[in-house]
Amino acid sequence: MHASDTFSTASAGGPGGLRSRRNQERLGQALAYLICTLVALAFVFPLYWMVSTALKTDAEIFLVPPSLFPADPQWQNFAASTEYIPFWQYMVNTLLICVLAIVGTVTSCSLIAYGFARVRWPGRNGVFIVYLSTIMLPAQVTMIPLYIVFRQIGWIGTIWPLVVPAFFGNALYVFLLRQFFMTIPNELTDAARIDGASELGIFRRIMLPLLKPALATVALFTFVATYRDFLGPLIYLTEQNQWTISLGLKMFQNMYGAQWQLMMAAATLTMIPTVILFFLTQRTFIEGIALTGIKG
Amino acid sequence: MAVATKSHTARWDAGKTRSLLTGLAFISPAIAGFLLFAAWPIFQSFYYSFTDYNIFQPPYWIGLQNYQDLVSDRVYGIALRNTLYMVLIGLPVHLLFDFLMALLLATRIRGLSIYRTIFYLPSITPVVASTIVWLWLFNGQYGVLNEIVSLFGFSKIGWLTDPAFTKPSLIFMGMWFGGNTILIYLAGLRDVPTSLLEAAELDGANALRKTWHVTLPMISPVIFYTLIINVIGYFQYFTEAWVLTATRDGAAGGPLNSMLFYAMYLYQSAFQQFKMGYASAQAWVLFAVVLLATGLLFRFSGWVYYRSEE
Repeated sequence: MHASDTFSTASAGGPGGLRSRRNQERLGQALAYLICTLVALAFVFPLYWMVSTALKTDAEIFLVPPSLFPADPQWQNFAASTEYIPFWQYMVNTLLICVLAIVGTVTSCSLIAYGFARVRWPGRNGVFIVYLSTIMLPAQVTMIPLYIVFRQIGWIGTIWPLVVPAFFGNALYVFLLRQFFMTIPNELTDAARIDGASELGIFRRIMLPLLKPALATVALFTFVATYRDFLGPLIYLTEQNQWTISLGLKMFQNMYGAQWQLMMAAATLTMIPTVILFFLTQRTFIEGIALTGIKG
Repeated sequence: MAVATKSHTARWDAGKTRSLLTGLAFISPAIAGFLLFAAWPIFQSFYYSFTDYNIFQPPYWIGLQNYQDLVSDRVYGIALRNTLYMVLIGLPVHLLFDFLMALLLATRIRGLSIYRTIFYLPSITPVVASTIVWLWLFNGQYGVLNEIVSLFGFSKIGWLTDPAFTKPSLIFMGMWFGGNTILIYLAGLRDVPTSLLEAAELDGANALRKTWHVTLPMISPVIFYTLIINVIGYFQYFTEAWVLTATRDGAAGGPLNSMLFYAMYLYQSAFQQFKMGYASAQAWVLFAVVLLATGLLFRFSGWVYYRSEE
């Protein structure tokens, strides 16, 4: 490694010198822009095509070659798509599960993270590592016994299997919150402890207010994960009137697969809540993602 | 930290007991969750894997029969191979693409927040909705992708109908879902101390060398993290392929089962055929394979550089 570094010095210090390096840098930057823009266009295109198709007539979607813009935008397709399946009912079902999952996750994870980060107790680190290792457990291993138990207690066809586990913590979010707790100086809590505050009091009055941004991140991530979930609802929501929007969309596709303009309209409507949420809370998202990567 | 713990355990007093109880009280949801939703189901599914169990009658012990059946199950073999294909080819392609995009975004590009938003959006849109959009893009007759392909003078591709193309199509589509990893890499890249990069520059290192000798080692822990998380995730690959291939009668897997993945076959065994024992055996093989894969990754993680070790 060191030897090769020496060689590189020799070659770069050669004919061009500093100016060629600067030119090279400029060229590199231009290339970066070009590639990023092309890839960005490719990333936007499916979404554009979705909306564009959603606005076409059923004759126009089968044009060859396809038209880039809808000739006569069919805005009523959006309303029509919500009538093929009980769209709003599915949306309400989904949001209910999301809200309950968020309440459960935020409450349980903040308590657990506090216990792992701020209370010093023997064996803490070992227990934490065991707990963290559950992130690596494939859902398939636990899926079947859980299904059988939920069936025995009559929870199949209810939202409880999707909601109740959220109240028992999530190792990834506990890890995330623990990282936040660690950044809060000890003096703050030590002073309160000397004044005779209980741990629960410290948690509620000192920690929770400081933890708000982190909790917002966990709430957002939980929302997105729950909203996007497909396998969980597929297994547990056997009653059609309880379906989430993802299940509903899949049924839509199975039943009316050739009505592409209506499917694209429904897909657009399904995406809108998460997209709006993202634009409102961009910073929380970005910071949260950065945190999930910082490990080790 | 380690020193502190040692001196603490030397003397056990009432304060210790109290802090232990307080700690356990705070993490009690995690303990209960661990026992209910991880530890107990793991053992239970291990037991089921040795039984014939259709949930309507009690489980019946059949020893290793399920595991023997797996060996001779041709469709299971296909699902396993397809999954390994995604892990061994799809995953590296995706991570490499994500890393290159992050590198480009990290070149102090202007309008970064716009690019970031565009790359990230597909990661938060519901998987089913976006996959249905891709179903339309991939459509053989009227799909816009084939229109683009024929613009370049190629003949139309059976993206989802030609068994030779189906998995590459899935990998192609998967690049679109990479925004989350791109942003994780980008955050890691921004943590690389500029002083180190400048020092390398003074030594005459060009962009490629700086990346290879400074940037890569510095963010190797982030790469390792995404590798572990994604290996586990790719072994459970389900929703995209399910949405693209499942029909109304519950069949799934695409032409010649070329898009039948492990988690799909397991789902079908368990929840369509109610072969709970057989599906549990599949789950345990998956568990063993995932443990083996992550174990190997940890075993050969000598390339990961931790700053604190310095």
